[in-house]
Amino acid sequence: MTAPPAVRTEAPVPPMGASGFLRWAWRQLTSMRVALILLFALAVASVPGSILPQRGNNPLLVDEWLAEQPTVGPILDSLGFFDVYGAPWFAAVYLLLFISLIGCVLPRVGVHWKALRSQPPNAPRNLNRMAAFTEQTANMSAEQVIADQSARLRKDRWRVRTGSTDETLWLSAEKGYLRETGNLVFHLALVLVLVAVAVGGLFGWRGNVIVKEGSGFSNTLTQYDAWGGGRLATADTIPPFAFTLDDFAVEFERSEAQRGSPRLFEATVDLQRDPQGPTERESIQVNFPISIAGAKVFLVGHGYAPSFIVRDSTGAVVLDDDIVFLPQDGNFTSTGVIKVPDSAPQLGFQGLFLPTSAIDDIRGPHSVFPDADDPSVFLSVWEGDLGLDSGIPQSIYTIDTEGMEQIGLRALVPGQAWDFGAGEIEFTGWQRWASFQIAFDPGKEAALAAAVLAMVGLTVSLFTRRRRLWVKAQPGAGASSLVQAAGLSKSEAGDVSADVQEVWDSMDAGRQEERQ
Amino acid sequence: MTSGAAGMELAEASNVFIYATMLTLSIAMVLFAASFASGRRPSTAKTVATSAHSSGSGSVAVLERDTDRPIVDSGRRLANIGMSLTWLATGLLTIALVLRGVWAGRVPWGNMYEFSISSAWGVLVVFLALSLRRDLRWLGLFVVIPALLTLGLAVTVLYTEAAQLVPALKSYWLVIHVSAAIICAGAFTVAASTAGLSLVQSRMESRGRSFSGPMSAMPSAERLRTFTSRIIAFSFPLWTFAVIAGAIWAENAWGRYWGWDPKETWAFITWVVYAAYLHARSTAGWRGDRASWIAILGLVTFLINYFGVNIFVNSLHSYAGV
Repeated sequence: MTAPPAVRTEAPVPPMGASGFLRWAWRQLTSMRVALILLFALAVASVPGSILPQRGNNPLLVDEWLAEQPTVGPILDSLGFFDVYGAPWFAAVYLLLFISLIGCVLPRVGVHWKALRSQPPNAPRNLNRMAAFTEQTANMSAEQVIADQSARLRKDRWRVRTGSTDETLWLSAEKGYLRETGNLVFHLALVLVLVAVAVGGLFGWRGNVIVKEGSGFSNTLTQYDAWGGGRLATADTIPPFAFTLDDFAVEFERSEAQRGSPRLFEATVDLQRDPQGPTERESIQVNFPISIAGAKVFLVGHGYAPSFIVRDSTGAVVLDDDIVFLPQDGNFTSTGVIKVPDSAPQLGFQGLFLPTSAIDDIRGPHSVFPDADDPSVFLSVWEGDLGLDSGIPQSIYTIDTEGMEQIGLRALVPGQAWDFGAGEIEFTGWQRWASFQIAFDPGKEAALAAAVLAMVGLTVSLFTRRRRLWVKAQPGAGASSLVQAAGLSKSEAGDVSADVQEVWDSMDAGRQEERQ
Repeated sequence: MTSGAAGMELAEASNVFIYATMLTLSIAMVLFAASFASGRRPSTAKTVATSAHSSGSGSVAVLERDTDRPIVDSGRRLANIGMSLTWLATGLLTIALVLRGVWAGRVPWGNMYEFSISSAWGVLVVFLALSLRRDLRWLGLFVVIPALLTLGLAVTVLYTEAAQLVPALKSYWLVIHVSAAIICAGAFTVAASTAGLSLVQSRMESRGRSFSGPMSAMPSAERLRTFTSRIIAFSFPLWTFAVIAGAIWAENAWGRYWGWDPKETWAFITWVVYAAYLHARSTAGWRGDRASWIAILGLVTFLINYFGVNIFVNSLHSYAGV
């Protein structure tokens, strides 16, 4: 066995003592190396959320996944893998990154502030060690060279300082301070983006509602099918508008290529912006939401609501309604249920609505085109107790068949009625429904402004080159002088040769003017 | 959409131009490859002329700007023809895209086939634009290959008849968001090529100063890395813009500007990886080969977003007729 090499003991270890450790930890956290590691951690931490279904986007798929994976599922769930972007470990990564960013950037703001108000440093003793060093004799006095060059550089917005060492006159110039300014603006704007996102998350809200053609919606909490708000969201920010869905127009591609692809969705609504206000006709389309008092109404989905009349065994009408069915595939094979609690015994129907019907051995009844070219419903009827009085809230899209018995199965086309013994159901037709998302996000304008500021800062920073330029002029014989010029790029892999070249070009130009 | 026989002729013409592009690029690839294979270290007599310090006006620019080693004689002519053919192919591909757009009656970015050929166009355009400012004949082979692969994949696997857009894509943001993404696709690809070359070159250089063979005629690893970082310094702000434009569009279409949809998530991952690249370039111990690996990783995340998310993942962006 060999002893560990002696250099090991010199490796950076945290010093003893609480304050020493804290200072060490802070230096580590704000170092570029740790920022780099945190950036990688952020990239890696984002990946699982794009592979596993997420509650925020698709809660049904999460439930399905959990049902299929009874062992791994709950473990992943408890670790937050189905809500990655709200998980504490994800927050830990980005918060550490932002602390690192602030800790790194704030001191640099101070340094840059000082640099902005100070003069460029003295010219170095030996210019020939610098990049793009060149020298030549000029037919001008040293004073003239330095004065001309200073004037030219100042005009080109260089910061110029002149001086002399022994007999040699020199100028030292610097340009491109915007590189660091842009860099700092970019990083600080990212902090603003985070703040704006947080404001939106805390005070914003979002709700979804399904509205059938001919039906109305008024914007109160109870009318929503689903509503979610941030921790500090209040009902005060829900504007009191109301609308009726007058018409919902849909068109699908009918030609061979991409048959069935949607081509047009348009909801025409009669909108009342406030309860006392007039009614206006508005159109809501995908990509064209309407705004009302800070909230926006988006068209996000649509489907079919088949219409039914149910009569009990005495012939009395116990249900006459359009029932919202939810689409299950791109051709709008839709499922839904009809609950009839007012008949004795209670009745329930599980249904399949096919806008363009087809049936085969593998897939059973399904739809082959999203528009209602040949609609039909497949119904299975259940008799017994719907369980509505149990006190447990029930979904309007499922029937709990535990206390029920299936008494029949039948396909119907519009206008057709079916006597199933305990009563009769008539499939009278269908309507469309549209689903709307109504969202309020008070942080989004600020987030956009901050993101644009970040982009501008970044662009300015990456396209500005910070560099220094020196010119030295040593008096020679008569009115001539020996002129040296060199530069130094302060940005990574920058090139100063063009700036040095310009020194000579401007002197040549000056001479030519004199001759003329 | 232009209908009837005239429409079909446009469609066929577009396809013909795609095949002509591929044929032209294939010849360019062979010429670039031959040029690359015949590459030798430039003779010392030639390097003296460019590396000697010289005084007097006019010479400074030559001295510093000549950042790329010239390809030596035998390969030079082949590479010149390769460059001309690349220009020709880009022209042909532009015509193909325009015809496709006219046929469909919209910008030709409605599905994966169209986006793929547009990306190949982006790769070529970024390369040719850069070649206007410097001698990039040495890079030709490593740009034409990914462009050809993309076109081949588009024609064989992704081909789709042109059709109208789904409502979600009917927005002028399609033009803004997707055009930025196409240029980024091109720039990221070129940057990954030069980063890969810098890794090979860095290995060659570590073997000693006197290595020979094709790589000896290529720019030094340091110059390749500098070139890579300049391309990324240009494309990173553009990618930032593409993401912001996408967020504005998402807010308009779906009611939220950021929802961690898989496409958005991977766009974010790509952004973070290139941010890491820029940080690595100014971190001691990272600016060399490690940074080059990050540049390649950036392109990998971009490709995962494009192919992986469109085909394998259930995303709001999975609508465009794969």
